[in-house]
Amino acid sequence: MQRTTWLAYGLFGAAAMLALLGLGVGSLGLEPIWVMLADPVAAQIVWDIRAPRTLGAWAAGALLGLAGAVAQGLFRNPLADPFLLGSASGASLAVALSLAALGVSPFAATWVIRLGLTGAAFVGAVAAVLLTLTLARGVQHTFRLLLAGVVVGMVLGALTSMVTIMVPEVLQAMQAFMLGSTGFVGWSAWSIMAVVGALCLVAAISLSKVLDGLSLGESTAQSLGLPLLPLRAALVAVIALATGTAVAQTGLIAFVGLAAPHLVRAVVKTTYSRLVGLSSLMGGLLLLSADLLARGLIAPQEIPVGVLTAILGGGYLLWLMHRRSS
Amino acid sequence: MKHAASPMALQAENLSVSLGQGRRLHPVLNHVDVAIHAGRWTSIVGPNGAGKSTLLRALAGLLPLQVGHVQLLGKDLATWSSRARAQTLAWLAQGGASDMGADDLLVRDVAMLGRLPHQGWLSPPSPKDLAVVEAALKKTHAWPWRDRPFGALSGGERQRVLLARLLAVQAEVLLMDEPLANLDPPHQADWIALVRDQVAEGGTVVSVLHEISMALLADDLIVMREGQVLYAGPAHQPEAHEAISAVFDHRLRIHSLGDRWVALPQ
Repeated sequence: MQRTTWLAYGLFGAAAMLALLGLGVGSLGLEPIWVMLADPVAAQIVWDIRAPRTLGAWAAGALLGLAGAVAQGLFRNPLADPFLLGSASGASLAVALSLAALGVSPFAATWVIRLGLTGAAFVGAVAAVLLTLTLARGVQHTFRLLLAGVVVGMVLGALTSMVTIMVPEVLQAMQAFMLGSTGFVGWSAWSIMAVVGALCLVAAISLSKVLDGLSLGESTAQSLGLPLLPLRAALVAVIALATGTAVAQTGLIAFVGLAAPHLVRAVVKTTYSRLVGLSSLMGGLLLLSADLLARGLIAPQEIPVGVLTAILGGGYLLWLMHRRSS
Repeated sequence: MKHAASPMALQAENLSVSLGQGRRLHPVLNHVDVAIHAGRWTSIVGPNGAGKSTLLRALAGLLPLQVGHVQLLGKDLATWSSRARAQTLAWLAQGGASDMGADDLLVRDVAMLGRLPHQGWLSPPSPKDLAVVEAALKKTHAWPWRDRPFGALSGGERQRVLLARLLAVQAEVLLMDEPLANLDPPHQADWIALVRDQVAEGGTVVSVLHEISMALLADDLIVMREGQVLYAGPAHQPEAHEAISAVFDHRLRIHSLGDRWVALPQ
């Protein structure tokens, strides 16, 4: 009990500190936030661009961390990733298609178009999850669900490649999306993520006993009187909603959903009612720090945050493999 | 005789179950009738693939039945609410100790899962839940590791935690699939004592066992082969021993040793 509480405070406190730091990091490097707020133009930049972006990175990371914890519990697989149900590839295909259909050049990617693309990505993510569910003929067979998710991911990924080959103009714009970036998150995007995040967290916590029960196997969960069919459908909906929302605002950001629950479990062993919350906080902290590094490392240039999380996450997984085998 | 008078805890009539899909659908249970007496310990024995675990799952209401029906305490299993059924009947999975799914839960959290049928949807464990879990973990001598991760335990230790999880349900009818797997001889003896306690308190225990000598300690035996029941009745009858010998192709002989029976390969 004490340890989980301390971890929660620690993760929250670290995120708050990094967020304050994040307000000061821009293309000119790090400037103390109080200096910037004294200058009206700089204050405008902080308020309109850096604040939503920083908070957005935290919210997107929290959504991915939450979806990761739920996916790992639902699939009873510690390597399950929230993108497994095909949501990521569905979102990419939808973005590629809308870019191709609108004939957008990357330089015309204004805010209005960005907002439209966000919606398309969300619709694509949810549609891909529904397709996975149809192929798996429902949610009652976890293995079939997993397999269908992989198939949907592959096929939609191939279709996305085809679209980009047929309409090469979209390639550059697609790249920003595929690499994942928090650079386009404004206040509206942040509010969407915050509201969806809060909803998903409440839903996940209220479904946490199912995740605990499932840890002993589906039959045992069933023998404990859990109505698995509707509850599993609800859990899939939480994963789809959380990932779809995060992907729609920030593109494909790898490994946060996978690593966040792992990092939490490395510190505390606890039930899902606490794990989902802690994993959200961990995911938020991870993406927030990755975003800071992405902006600060080679300023005024910016590294796409998805590239950074992939490198860091890959390294972490390698370390995990090494530790398990030794 | 107590046997004839005792009511039925579980009754299966004309039970047929096929597993697999499409063309690979094959019958596992073939028009099986069994009656499990309340307040007694029944053991199900038979060679691999005889349908023992499938029968147990069907009795637990965990399988869709093609034909036949199961009654729990005289009432059709399908008409029980899942919560009431889960409070009345608890089932222990085969090979649960080798399952990695719960590795990141603490031992006490695993045992607490047995209280799910009694808990409100969002309510935290009540003082009663905590007391029941403590008693269950103490019964299987797993209490000292309550704060250790389940994944850090050995196979036998995990099995004892899963047994505690089963006991924590406080169900009237306990179904256990190979509960002795991974247990060392002293803890096998503890398990027998635990079952006897359960039965003495009026509970019903059904166990699938591969350890024939242990199964022979039960009150009743169900001997199975190829999806059918060859013998069902008191364990001490000579017919029971003959049936066991027959289903194992007479490669097993039952000898008397003092006041009990042991099965030895021949």
